[in-house]
Amino acid sequence: MRQQSSERVSDANREVQPPYLYPDYVATRLRAPKKPLIILPKTLSDTAGPAYGRGPIGELDNDLTRQHEGEPLGERIIVTGRVLDGNGRPVRNSLIEIWQANAAGRYIHKLDRHPAPLDPNFSGAGRCLTDDEGHYRFVTIKPGAYPWKNHDNAWRPAHIHLSLFGEAFRSRLITQMYFPGDPLFEHDPIFHSVRDEKARRRMISTFDLEATRPEWALGYRFDIVLEGRNATPMENHK
Amino acid sequence: MRPEPTPSQTIGPFFHDALTGEDRSGLVAPDHPEAVRIEGMVFDGAGEPVPDAMVEIWQANRAGRYNDRIDAREDLPLDPETFSGFGRSGTDASGRFSFITVKPGPVPGPERSLQAPHIMVSVFARGLLKRLVTRIYFPDEQEANAYDPVLSSIEDADFGSTLVAHEDEGGLRFDIHLQGENQTAFFEL
Repeated sequence: MRQQSSERVSDANREVQPPYLYPDYVATRLRAPKKPLIILPKTLSDTAGPAYGRGPIGELDNDLTRQHEGEPLGERIIVTGRVLDGNGRPVRNSLIEIWQANAAGRYIHKLDRHPAPLDPNFSGAGRCLTDDEGHYRFVTIKPGAYPWKNHDNAWRPAHIHLSLFGEAFRSRLITQMYFPGDPLFEHDPIFHSVRDEKARRRMISTFDLEATRPEWALGYRFDIVLEGRNATPMENHK
Repeated sequence: MRPEPTPSQTIGPFFHDALTGEDRSGLVAPDHPEAVRIEGMVFDGAGEPVPDAMVEIWQANRAGRYNDRIDAREDLPLDPETFSGFGRSGTDASGRFSFITVKPGPVPGPERSLQAPHIMVSVFARGLLKRLVTRIYFPDEQEANAYDPVLSSIEDADFGSTLVAHEDEGGLRFDIHLQGENQTAFFEL
């Protein structure tokens, strides 16, 4: 069995996934592990995966603009795309959870101290399952930028958080979807923690006229690629 | 052409309403005859509790079978209606998380080996740009732990022992140290 490795040194993936320690993002300094990671051989423990969320999902869970009495303020948008595995196959019937700030850049969370208004008609949380071709779709409000205390005059570019399970424990991913042309990209250490420029671009949604509904809402496309189970010879597990 | 993977980004501090609003920390009812409570705290490199982490677990059932169709060992019982094998717990203001579950059976390892009973763990938090992966092993499985292909691959025995929970007030205790002298062993998948 292979021994301990330093983090993703020889991996082609090195620049695609962010490191644990990225000092410009100050919170990583005391939270990034310093000891070498242990290489985990592929076994059923991580090539199998939880079926969380395949239970009942509410009809309006993917429409964040219809969860309250009235309509939320802000720019209504449609966020849609496909979830694929590393071989380009659709990830079917898989849970996606999202959360985000409102149009003013304020999260409903009790610890968000940004002095921007809360919107009584917007909670900023949604979920849905991918369909048989891996498609998903949310209706929501374009989130605002918001300040944080990482450095002087620090602002996060507008983003939507996404949490995905995929088909294996290995596939689990939490990421953020950004909006095209945001002037805050170049100042954001979380965005820049991904060192590969092409990989960074994959976190930016694209405006999509096809997904746009006339007289109603702009559409943004965001495709997501998860690590698959990978071909583990199941004979070994018998 | 193989599509390129989507990069990971931090869960941030504001996930609770969306992800932990619904309590998913009980994999079985507290009065289940085999129920075991696993509790712990997440600490940062300064030894301070981490109040904004989310811990997820994934495990086989009592018989050692995973609730996923890829685990096709039909000789082992499966109880998908009553045991999903998945749990989620946000840390509270004091950095504490907890689960109520059952000890999984042994599961297959590489090359016809058997792995000791263990629970897969993902840790997400503000300040973690990607999740950390670790495992919980059981203190009453000394023999199986000694032969476990993953535990025994860790040369530094003290480091490896960070993966074994401790008996604690009728339950198990498993603290997660993200950094520092007592750092928990984490895996690269």
